Amino acid sequence: MSVTTPNAPTTAAEQFAMRRQSPVQRIQHLLHSHPAISPLLVLIVAFIVFTIVNPRFAQPATISIILQQTAVIAALAIGQTLIILTAGIDLAVGATCILSMLFMANLAAHNGVPGPLALLLGIALGTLCGFLNGILVTRLKLPPFIVTLGTLSIYTAVALLYSGGQSVGRADLPAILNVMSTRFRVGPFNFTLGVVFVALMAVVVAFVLSQTAWGRHVYAVGDDIEAARLVGIRVDRVLLSVYTVAGLIYGITAWVLIGRAGTASPNAIVDANLETITAVVIGGTSLFGGRGGIIGTILGALIVYSFNIGLSLAGVDAQLRVLAIGVLIIVAVSIDQWIRKVKA
Amino acid sequence: MTNTPLTSDLSPEEQGTVGLGNPPVLADPTETVLSARNLIKTFGRVVGLDGVNVDLFPGEVLSVIGDNGAGKSTLIKALTGALIPDSGQVFLDGREVNFKTPQDARSAGIETVYQTLAVAPALDIAANMFLGRERRRSGPLGSVLRMLDMKGMKEDAGKSMANLGIATVQNMSQAVETLSGGQRQAVAVARAATFATKFVVLDEPTAALGVKETGQVLNLIQQIKAKGLPVILISHNMPNVFEVSDRIHIARLGGCAGIITPKSHTPTEAVAIMTGATTLQKG
Repeated sequence: MSVTTPNAPTTAAEQFAMRRQSPVQRIQHLLHSHPAISPLLVLIVAFIVFTIVNPRFAQPATISIILQQTAVIAALAIGQTLIILTAGIDLAVGATCILSMLFMANLAAHNGVPGPLALLLGIALGTLCGFLNGILVTRLKLPPFIVTLGTLSIYTAVALLYSGGQSVGRADLPAILNVMSTRFRVGPFNFTLGVVFVALMAVVVAFVLSQTAWGRHVYAVGDDIEAARLVGIRVDRVLLSVYTVAGLIYGITAWVLIGRAGTASPNAIVDANLETITAVVIGGTSLFGGRGGIIGTILGALIVYSFNIGLSLAGVDAQLRVLAIGVLIIVAVSIDQWIRKVKA
Repeated sequence: MTNTPLTSDLSPEEQGTVGLGNPPVLADPTETVLSARNLIKTFGRVVGLDGVNVDLFPGEVLSVIGDNGAGKSTLIKALTGALIPDSGQVFLDGREVNFKTPQDARSAGIETVYQTLAVAPALDIAANMFLGRERRRSGPLGSVLRMLDMKGMKEDAGKSMANLGIATVQNMSQAVETLSGGQRQAVAVARAATFATKFVVLDEPTAALGVKETGQVLNLIQQIKAKGLPVILISHNMPNVFEVSDRIHIARLGGCAGIITPKSHTPTEAVAIMTGATTLQKG
């Protein structure tokens, strides 16, 4: 690891560089190369502690509920992860999802559009929203924070204007829009189709990120955008594709959300922005870009909802649960900062 | 190298042209790897390149030195597609080329290493070596699933590094940010040397490095030369330039103040020519 020409005598500094690593340094190195380890440990420890405090936590019924609750935010957080990996941020994640959802629901319920077509059009609208964010980021060179702060308001307003602020009830929805609520049992566990679908989506995106050239370019752009440009990566194309794919994911999540909520309501997932960012950050993805991944994000989302349910089963006050999540976020970002200081 | 026009061979009449530009003896572009003729580039009223000629011969290290604003970077950018000259011709292996983007130059076999340590720190060495030109796996895993050939790329990255004598870095899965500045630059240089088929351009490759790390990069330059690949080195650092160069192109005021060799002139003289304190004298 240290830089020595063979035969050259080692200097004191080099001998110092070759000293054995302390255990703390080894942990730092391990976390550096596998950022999903820390959220995994947190989840395991939380699971054990919550189970000791209240054995009901480990029951299949509780775990099934945690999974079902986590699904929507985890799905949105997959898109958020892609954007944060490029050192961006998406504040319009919830607004995009709600706009897609209200669009597909209203098309089917009030405009006589066949269910499958309404679904596709709704997903297409989400994709378009992401594409527009991407255009603003890459063409107008605006910071992603500002772009999505703007489109957060725009998409929310459009969604409310279009729907008249009205929910679409279960009775008015075609079967296909509600299919994600389909329940089935695997042993003692109670799954919905939505949970399985989100898990599948996570696997696909994780695969693409880790195994394809596009995935590498996403990391490279977030890591050092100038270096990526200099090696010939078409940076703007990568960014535009990331925002568009994120929009697609939000559009698809709208389908899962209808299944979860049973209705298409403009008041669903109001806190999605912050919750997805929380899941991403707790999952070990760096807000500065280029580091992290989908597995961490899914673990991060599971941690948030496990804490909610675990603390509530432990009889902890609701406000203290919010406090606990806040502490987790700060600890996660501190760990990220520490890991970034890793040395050879 | 072969038929290198040394300025020490100049007749007194030819010396008259030296102050403002054209090197007196121009090679036939069919004998060079790269030849540029009468490159002109202006930025509004500022003259970046004032009719510059360059020749790069097979297997040589040509350094381009010059004061700030002398036109070094403009020249290099014009040769590598980062800038399009207003007029003039560029010949690669005797055939005229018109690079519109750095990608054009890259696909023609010209690789550039920048002083800014153009590597992605969080990616590992193998990923950086192949960044922007990743190789897919063979069969449906690559064509349908678009999977990368991680193992093959890792092996080849290791071979490239070993070929250049970079034995100190053994683990290709090591993140580049865990390397020293010199090792990072070594990765960038190895990348360039691996993929270049015509020549390698090193733009101030040691500007961000310490003395020892600079030595490693100079060593790499010799290794690339030994592989038969010509190198254009842009540098401020006279000792470095004189250590590795076969010929030295002195840029001055958008033109060329002359071409010298480490044998024909001393670093002090080179600086004097560079700054205009003297014009080129017979060596």
